[in-house]
Amino acid sequence: MKKTIIPEIKKEFINKLADEGTREDGRGLSDMREINFETGIIGTADGSVRLSLGKTEVIVGIKLQIGTPYPDKQDQGVLMTGCELKPMAHPAFEGGAPSMEAVEIARVVDRGIRESGMMDMYSFCIVPGEKVWLVFLDIQVLNYDGNLFDAATMAGVLALHNTMVPAAANELGDDYKLPVTLWPLTATVVKIKNNLMADPTFTEENAAYARLTISIDDNGDIRAMQKGLKGALTYDEVIRALDIAQELTQNIRASLQKSTGV
Amino acid sequence: MICLTEIKLIDDDGLRLDGRKPDELRPIKIEAGVLDNADGSAYVEWGNNKIIAAVYGPREVQPKYLQDTAKAIVQVSYNMAAFAGDDRIRPGPNRRATEISKITAEALERVILTGQYPRSSIDVYIEVLEADAGTRCAGLTAASVAVADAGIPMIDLVPSVAAGKADGQLVLDVGKLEDNKGQADLPLAYVPRTGEIVLLQMDGHFTRKELEMAMKMAIDACKEIHVIQQDALKRKYTPQSSVNTNEQEAEQ
Repeated sequence: MKKTIIPEIKKEFINKLADEGTREDGRGLSDMREINFETGIIGTADGSVRLSLGKTEVIVGIKLQIGTPYPDKQDQGVLMTGCELKPMAHPAFEGGAPSMEAVEIARVVDRGIRESGMMDMYSFCIVPGEKVWLVFLDIQVLNYDGNLFDAATMAGVLALHNTMVPAAANELGDDYKLPVTLWPLTATVVKIKNNLMADPTFTEENAAYARLTISIDDNGDIRAMQKGLKGALTYDEVIRALDIAQELTQNIRASLQKSTGV
Repeated sequence: MICLTEIKLIDDDGLRLDGRKPDELRPIKIEAGVLDNADGSAYVEWGNNKIIAAVYGPREVQPKYLQDTAKAIVQVSYNMAAFAGDDRIRPGPNRRATEISKITAEALERVILTGQYPRSSIDVYIEVLEADAGTRCAGLTAASVAVADAGIPMIDLVPSVAAGKADGQLVLDVGKLEDNKGQADLPLAYVPRTGEIVLLQMDGHFTRKELEMAMKMAIDACKEIHVIQQDALKRKYTPQSSVNTNEQEAEQ
């Protein structure tokens, strides 16, 4: 990813607004941008979602294939999460092999979903040691305006809830809905000066000093965390970030469940 | 699978598989200045982890377009040797190593006074020779000693350790089986001088209360590791002659 330079005067402006408890787009410090999504948009995928979080826009596609299990997990299916930051989504993105940033996003999204127990990997076993379902979760970024962690996790969870297992095409009986129940979600908070801000935009991400992504399950318990950027957080700031994340994810979960009719 | 799930990570006396108490670190040995070519280096033995870290720089940035006119950049390459794990590890970068390299560089960048070396690069190489859980923490612990050994100005060393949960109980410095069979893992790096957390990850399952306790446990342990790091540097930079004299005096 190419380096983006945010003018100092812009950073100061963001700092000043944050001190007053507001932001460039008028949000409060712990507000999320508007979320819109549409499921089942890709015919060739077994599950898919197009999701926008403010101007950040991603598509997640789920594909299931039959393959062999890992040697140390003979009776479990496999989840593989990929992320590509293609040049179409932002001038800072470059072609070629996945960047460090793309790898980090894929692994953080994967961890949030995996550690929540949303997918019972044992239920993806067909013949122990021989045949299991490989679940591929691929994140395609269409437009980047910050906070891909939360956007991609939300899209990933929605896409898994939208997935049909292609059993018929593999001569394993009728297709059935992917057995998932939970709604793990992440909330990403950045530190700008001494303020914490949820759901950062591209500019805010680049003006930020440190970042913390927290994955929270349906019970409000913590399932994964990832600190990022070159700055630091104090213990008290982590605690404040946890407060913000627990409240935000609870609200988002309720609204996603409502709009998908769960 | 049948027997493995039955393993008790904590016995009836409250001790762990390797006999440690829940809040006890594994034995840690650090040696500074172990490589000749590198500008700075450190070797750590931490439980059965054997990790060597080398630092080159400040030197010319490669590739050149990465250079920053205002400060030095910090580049980290974390790698596991092919023979470091139970199964052979295919050489070359993988996604896990890429991620660890990134977060380690970010943690080090906070403490190194990069502003003193514009347009240059500080390159850190971490090689895990034998892995026994907690390699990212041990690697960062060693790397920060290596940076200091290279004479690069920094605000503090960066001790790092993981806290976790095994058999439902909080444990410090998660061991290999605890990592595989336990319920949570929280790697953390702490800068004692500023009280800041520069590396923080977690996976597994913590309640809010457990998470707060685990963080405190790791922070306290970082302060212990910090002393071991300082000792390693003091040992290297104490003139050999005076050490010998002291020993001779002691013998006499």
